[in-house]
Amino acid sequence: MNFVPAHETASRPRLVVIGNGMAGIRTVEELLSRAPDKYNITVFGAEPRVNYNRIMLSPLLSGEKTFDDIVINPLDWYQHNNILLLSGDPVIHIDRAEKFVISRSGTKTPYDHLLLATGSDPIIIPVPGHKLPGVVTFRDVDDVDTMLAAAENGGEAVVIGGGLLGLEAAVGLQARGMAVTVIHLASHVMERQLDGSAGHLLQEELRRRGITVMTGADTAEICGTDRVTGVSLKDGHHIPASLVVMAVGIRPNGRLANESGVAVERGIVVNDVMATSDPSIHAVGECVQHRGLCYGLVAPLFEMAKSCADDLAGINSTGYGGSVTSTKLKVTGVDVFSAGDFSSGPDCDDIVFRDAGRGVYKRIILFEGRIRGAVLYGDTSDGAWYFQLMKDETDVTDLRNSLAFGQAFAGGSATNPIDAVAALPDNAEICGCNGICKGSIVSAITEKNLTSLDDVKAHTKASASCGSCAGLVESLLAATLGGGYQAASVKPICPCTDHDHDNVRRLIRARALKTMPAVMQELEWKTPDGCHICRPALNYYLLAAWPGDYVDHGASRFINERVHANIQKDGTYSVVPRMWGGLTNPRELRAIADVADKFNIPTVKVTGGQRIDLLGVKKQDLPAVWADLNSAGMVSGHAYGKSLRTVKTCVGQEWCRFGTQMSLGMGVALEKMTWGSWMPHKFKMAVSGCPRNCAEATIKDFGVIATDGGWDLHVGGNGGIHLRATELLCKVTTEAEVREYCGAFIQLYRETARYLERTAPWIERVGLKYVQDRMVEDAQNRATLFARFIESQKTAQIDPWAERATGGVDAHEFKHLTAAE
Amino acid sequence: MADILNWVDIGPLDGIPVQGARTLQTASDRIAVFRTLDNQVFALLDRCPHKQGPLSQGIVHGHFVTCPLHNMVFSLETGLAQGADDGCAAKMETRLENGMVRVGLTPSQMAKPDAQ
Repeated sequence: MNFVPAHETASRPRLVVIGNGMAGIRTVEELLSRAPDKYNITVFGAEPRVNYNRIMLSPLLSGEKTFDDIVINPLDWYQHNNILLLSGDPVIHIDRAEKFVISRSGTKTPYDHLLLATGSDPIIIPVPGHKLPGVVTFRDVDDVDTMLAAAENGGEAVVIGGGLLGLEAAVGLQARGMAVTVIHLASHVMERQLDGSAGHLLQEELRRRGITVMTGADTAEICGTDRVTGVSLKDGHHIPASLVVMAVGIRPNGRLANESGVAVERGIVVNDVMATSDPSIHAVGECVQHRGLCYGLVAPLFEMAKSCADDLAGINSTGYGGSVTSTKLKVTGVDVFSAGDFSSGPDCDDIVFRDAGRGVYKRIILFEGRIRGAVLYGDTSDGAWYFQLMKDETDVTDLRNSLAFGQAFAGGSATNPIDAVAALPDNAEICGCNGICKGSIVSAITEKNLTSLDDVKAHTKASASCGSCAGLVESLLAATLGGGYQAASVKPICPCTDHDHDNVRRLIRARALKTMPAVMQELEWKTPDGCHICRPALNYYLLAAWPGDYVDHGASRFINERVHANIQKDGTYSVVPRMWGGLTNPRELRAIADVADKFNIPTVKVTGGQRIDLLGVKKQDLPAVWADLNSAGMVSGHAYGKSLRTVKTCVGQEWCRFGTQMSLGMGVALEKMTWGSWMPHKFKMAVSGCPRNCAEATIKDFGVIATDGGWDLHVGGNGGIHLRATELLCKVTTEAEVREYCGAFIQLYRETARYLERTAPWIERVGLKYVQDRMVEDAQNRATLFARFIESQKTAQIDPWAERATGGVDAHEFKHLTAAE
Repeated sequence: MADILNWVDIGPLDGIPVQGARTLQTASDRIAVFRTLDNQVFALLDRCPHKQGPLSQGIVHGHFVTCPLHNMVFSLETGLAQGADDGCAAKMETRLENGMVRVGLTPSQMAKPDAQ
């Protein structure tokens, strides 16, 4: 699977990498940057996919990121670097005497150098029932998929283990709608990183979010006969659950090395250049044991990768000297930082700062005038500073009085983030994950003329892993470039909030926010009930995220969508009944004429979208006008909505001597499928029966042009102030394909465009390739987009006119108040 | 406010949608009666000072309403235009007593009661 043909160059030695994870591939990247042509490289991976960022599994689970977001190196990276990737095919044997490896599929691959990056295995506690279906670990994308499948039906989940990984799993599952209980053996959660006080604050926060935390809880048995039904504790408690996540820790995976006779203790034993007991075998990552220590965090892995790459490239270096590590919990809205040793001793000095109102707790442990450990909860902005002081073993005696207040108050300097970062020494570490210090970022910015966060990510890797240092990198850009730096600043939706559109959408899904008050509460809106800018946007985002579930909020819609007609400058309304594909008949035309007479409608006009507009209708007449139009079989044309407007057609093969396809029929079919759908902005379509394009399909949001062999699908056009012609999305052959691509395109637009962003600016922002990757190249994704569109249409295709003309909906809109006698 | 107001009953609070408005036609003009999220009642002449837009049709947020024609925002408490815009919508007096809404009408508005 994922086979990438590589062109082997005969003269080069062969490097075989076992492990397609973060450590193995980082070592390859480092090696390529030092000696790009030294080896023919083959990579074996156990998982059937490309290299991804494992520390982003938590946001993947909670829905804040997609798999695409967490891919580090896509397939073309392997191709470009001439690397043979054999994923989904783990190595099962190493023959050190003959120097070859054998994979599960039976492939025999010779090597000159071997790199082991086999990572670690999740620890499974062997309690009864641990093999039942429904018991999972939290280690890879497959585990996440299993959890997501379980979470689809809601229900209850138990997470065994209240460490970093367990809590991230718990929060993710809770965001996915499960009722979660965390079972933890120690007296407080994350006891290896947090002291009792910070642990308590974190537990309270988890409880506030609806997660049950049981500490001092020892698992006796996982219950169930053919699948898990619950967990029993040794104290007799029983917790029902349809999903059990085992997250009690990891163990270095040295199996393969051990079987082949390479020295393995707790992990694969390596020296400072990451060589094992066999000089032609190196090892990096969580599988190794270096100077007696095993690591489970990403920063040490990346440091190992550098030393290992030096050695493989034949560069003499001092080698890897071990790591001091720090931890952050990757849970949105919870800031926890921990570094070093926080167990206080007799000669230690504790500095503690608490602010209950803000929920802030800071504790810094000093030993002989130097920072030995730090625990921060609620405000972790100074974590990097403390960590640096700790790693450098800086004497902080002079800073002691103001140490708890952070860097801004240290020595009376640096009161804003830009000055603070400017004051840092060049060797100060900015990106902990990738071990990038300030000096290398600054020189990259100046030498390579970098101007944005993305540039810095691409050139230095800083903030490309967990992303928590992105703010520091931006400050560094500002400090280095001065006034020339324009931060890719968050543009809030409106003054009611600091969040931008994309953030709000992401959080609505990630935190399962299903009502407008919930969004405003959770995302800390600054006004009691928003304003005319944010409320319609939120109403749309909620409607798009939870079709069938969310109750439309009329008071948050612009008047036109509230009363299903277009307000005119004199306060009267215009009424446009739907004419499917621009087709009409004498009966409809008679009904329109009768309505115009009966209600003294002053203006009747043919629109650009091939239908008829009745202008100047009084608001109180609207229900009666609609009732008459309804009884002639007509429904709302949504000419007033951020929704499907018209499908313009030419007469095509039905009548035209040049027509190549039935464009009328296709137009009607598309309109029947898509009417009633709410969208970020208005959406227009057209179908032309031949390339002469009489329906002007190339200035529509979705345009279809018939050809001899099928249909050309065009997207992203509009008339208006900024005229834009469509771009060709793809060519298809069948009518069913036109319908599927149309629905999938609309759904992608509905899910990813910002409110009031038409398809033209949306496509200019994300790029046509983004759209093509998701719905042309990826057939499976296209099918699921289409399915989601059809699903949401089930509750959208109700004629709003009928609801009001005869159903009594919003009757108050159309009647004045009356004064009592 | 030289005129003596006539307080007229215009029905229960529940007759007006939350974060919405309804209109009352008087002898001389039309009044927009608003109900905010916190269940307070306000009234303005239903005529935006900018281009006569019907304020009753606007989105109600906090103690403000946004005119549906050109998005000018007015305070329901004072009638004053907000932000960079100038102008003032005519403010009417209201009372909420035992769940019933009352509006204070001027003699000219009362001249020929027209209850539609």
